[in-house]
Amino acid sequence: MEIHLILIFMITAAIIAVEVKDLLSSVVAVGAVGIGLSMAFLLLKAPDLAMMQLVVEILSLIILIRATIRKDIPFSTSGRWAFNTMATFAFMAIFLAAAYLALKEITPFGHPLMRVSRMYIEESMAKTGVLNIVGSIMLNQRVLDVLGETTIVFAAVVGVLAVTRKKWKAE
Amino acid sequence: MNTGPSEKKGMTIIVKTVTRLTLGFILLYGIYIALNGHIALGGGFAGGVIVALSFVHVMLAFGKEVALKRLRVKNLRIIICVAALTFLLVVLSRFGGARNLLDSEIMIPLVEMAIVGAGLFAIFVALALLAKGDKDSE
Repeated sequence: MEIHLILIFMITAAIIAVEVKDLLSSVVAVGAVGIGLSMAFLLLKAPDLAMMQLVVEILSLIILIRATIRKDIPFSTSGRWAFNTMATFAFMAIFLAAAYLALKEITPFGHPLMRVSRMYIEESMAKTGVLNIVGSIMLNQRVLDVLGETTIVFAAVVGVLAVTRKKWKAE
Repeated sequence: MNTGPSEKKGMTIIVKTVTRLTLGFILLYGIYIALNGHIALGGGFAGGVIVALSFVHVMLAFGKEVALKRLRVKNLRIIICVAALTFLLVVLSRFGGARNLLDSEIMIPLVEMAIVGAGLFAIFVALALLAKGDKDSE
């Protein structure tokens, strides 16, 4: 029940973020979506993800407000609204149909399909001695995935620094 | 912390005093989250973001000169690159079964925290320097 309330709140905030004219109000609404997502993770018993989402949301909100909002950002409201509305509804129909087909096939909550994930849940505490099961999987069985994830972060940072490198030289 | 001529910049004296008091605790909390990822919630990524947030906090309260004086841009790049190479070394050393060479529960969250913290703060500094044009936001 609570998860539906949070979902309705998130969808409302997302629509407000798209539709509102003021850019700062739009950013605040995006932040509300992120906080709602964090609460949804907490309700679905994933506190690790909830904390990560909350922290990343705060940082990205600060970056959006402090470093990117300016007064002279062009804000276009006119355009091909008929085509845009048609495309939006077509995409919504395709997405909902695909989600319905995909969610029909999924296994119930808490019943893993693969043998390997059941083995993680049952044996990771005894094998690694790490209390937090998410940390145990990330630090032991899936450490190559963590390496890839950190490589993505590294590549993103290097990309941003390369795009803004003239400013660095001037500094 | 004697900031000298840049005392005028940044936010009000209330924000600056609270920042002086809480900066160390936020930094310590980020390191705690990173190093206790195997016992409680969190991990290297969340800890790194909290560490980056503590520097962003200083930068918002005191202006960018004070924050960049404490942590030079060149040092940020060195931290990111050394941490990435250390991470690669730690993961590759696990292939030969060398579990005791570098204890993974300590080293992996630590280097991940360094990469994420320094990287996100570097992105924030880069975007703030990119927006140098508007003077009234300083």
